Amino acid sequence: MIRTLAVALGATLMAGVVAAQAAIITGAGATAPAPIYQKWAEAYKAKTGVGLNYQGIGSGGGIKQIEAKTVDFGASDKPLAAADLEKFGLLQFPTVIVGIAPVVNIPGVAAGQLHLNGQVLADIYLGEIKRWSDPRIAGLNKGVRLPNLPITVVHRSDGSGTTFLYTSYLKAVSPAWGKVGASDSVAWPVGQGGKGNDGVAAYVKQTPGSIGYVEYAFAKNNNLAYVDMADREGHFIAPNEQSFSAAAAHAEWRSADGFAPTLLDQPGANAWPISGATFILIYKNPGNAASTESVLKFFDWCYAAGDGMASELAYVPLPANVKTAIRHAWATEVKAGGKPVYVAH
Amino acid sequence: MAELMVGATKRARPAGAGFDPVFRILCFAAATTLLTAIAGVLISLLIGGEPAFAKFGLRFFTSTVWNPVTDEYGGAGPIVGTLITAALALLLALPLAFGVAVFLTEFCPRPLRRPIGVAVELLAGVPSIVYGMWGLFVLAPLFAKYVEIPIMGLAPPGSIWETILSGVPNGSGLIAASIILAIMILPYIAATLRELFLTVPARVRESAYGVGCTSLEVVWSVTLPYVRKSAIGAVMLGLGRALGETMAVTFVIGNSHGFPTGIFDSGSTIASTIANEFAEATSDMHTSALLALGFVLFLITFAVLAMARALLGRKDPV
Repeated sequence: MIRTLAVALGATLMAGVVAAQAAIITGAGATAPAPIYQKWAEAYKAKTGVGLNYQGIGSGGGIKQIEAKTVDFGASDKPLAAADLEKFGLLQFPTVIVGIAPVVNIPGVAAGQLHLNGQVLADIYLGEIKRWSDPRIAGLNKGVRLPNLPITVVHRSDGSGTTFLYTSYLKAVSPAWGKVGASDSVAWPVGQGGKGNDGVAAYVKQTPGSIGYVEYAFAKNNNLAYVDMADREGHFIAPNEQSFSAAAAHAEWRSADGFAPTLLDQPGANAWPISGATFILIYKNPGNAASTESVLKFFDWCYAAGDGMASELAYVPLPANVKTAIRHAWATEVKAGGKPVYVAH
Repeated sequence: MAELMVGATKRARPAGAGFDPVFRILCFAAATTLLTAIAGVLISLLIGGEPAFAKFGLRFFTSTVWNPVTDEYGGAGPIVGTLITAALALLLALPLAFGVAVFLTEFCPRPLRRPIGVAVELLAGVPSIVYGMWGLFVLAPLFAKYVEIPIMGLAPPGSIWETILSGVPNGSGLIAASIILAIMILPYIAATLRELFLTVPARVRESAYGVGCTSLEVVWSVTLPYVRKSAIGAVMLGLGRALGETMAVTFVIGNSHGFPTGIFDSGSTIASTIANEFAEATSDMHTSALLALGFVLFLITFAVLAMARALLGRKDPV
């Protein structure tokens, strides 16, 4: 008797869980965009009742989870190569743009006072420029008093999309950086590793003469002394939403490349040289068309209504033409039984 | 249901006897589950690490090159870092733990005994991430200001001391990690030592005092020899914890691969390397190298604990 009751109760509970699951999108991956995905999810749930369970487990984890089909979408800071997308039948599209800012702790030097270019930055991170008084740094900073202090290089200790973008930039601008290469963790020639953006920020704050790199949102919220970088034409510009947008505006975003043009060191006035997009991965022929449809509906809504929220958190929204191209790719490439899963209006 | 069955059988049998075989099987299942889990972890680490072991062979233990870009992995840096920090932590914690245990059993006024004992046990309950944050934001700057920079300044320019004392003067590095570890393992060792000291029969200690021994002589010549082997076991337990500690170390060790060249240098441990890189390890060889490191750590910890077990299990001579 009791057993029958328990079975009945269990069945009811199970049914409840299944019903609740239908209204939840699951995703996992990159940690850097996790705050904006969560903010979007909150607003979306309030509006539609459909929730998002996003786990910021790291880009590597996100790629593994979507390959194992345990989530509705994966998220990665590091774009997958077109060949890998092809192999797994995945569609990749960006959500927001993030910028990386070098930050320093030099006594007497405020935010935006220090000017560097890619070459010099790479030489610092290679350990070839060892002191702030080095003539190569002084040459870019006429009129700024730089102390004769040893340079302490700080990098991320954990594998990170931030590191991937930063090392990709150094590789793009400095032939000498080729021997180190670009990845989400590399064999750093010199320096100390801090865990996460806050670990790097703590080391930089605590070490006079140090230089590190963090996501722009982090530098802004913590009042770190960012560095002005030289753009392609040699003008020194500050990291901010405008200079990140300028970098995104000039790139050519094509579905065939997984919507991953390089935004690094792009021509164009006021284009911040160290920025990149963060990506979502979904299946082109999803096993569960309904859940993929809810994923696309969600991101369609984010593109339409989420720009303000992104700016509040210091992420940069995508240009309008890029959003159009992505919506077109959804309608033409994501299909179940030959029919588009979702067509954005 | 069990009661009903027992009620139906003969009165002569004690209540609950029918459940006894079931109880025995349950206990056996609990014990074997644990063993199977340990064996499962070990085997899956070995299988996961096999590609790295196969590709790099002995080089995995001797090379300090750890390069995710070229997929070249040598674990010598983290392995040595693990051993150095654990050994240093033990060196720092042992005298303190010994002092705490002796004070609590020999000299402590009765009203203070409980508060100090509780404080020691509380230290053991602090989550390691809290130690890590405290280490990074509080200990490291103080250590840099009052210890590291003054000592570095003592080195005569151009001498060998300059190399030995080299490092980034921000308080993070192998020494800071060892200090944090020492604080973390201190309560374990102190609490176990205190329990051990309490097992020394009162009449043995009192006879020693009776023949005119000083407190130091009693501790050194009576208490310590009485518990010697078990005490080594207690120390090994602390060492085992130091070897595997992850978060607190990751925060303060400076996280650079390769051999440390000076005592203030940054380094890495096996656990901190895995914590740092596992989430974003996209290439198969990278994941495999991290699992292989995990396997090595398992072996090191296992060796330490087996040693502790052997020493703890032996009967101390009276």
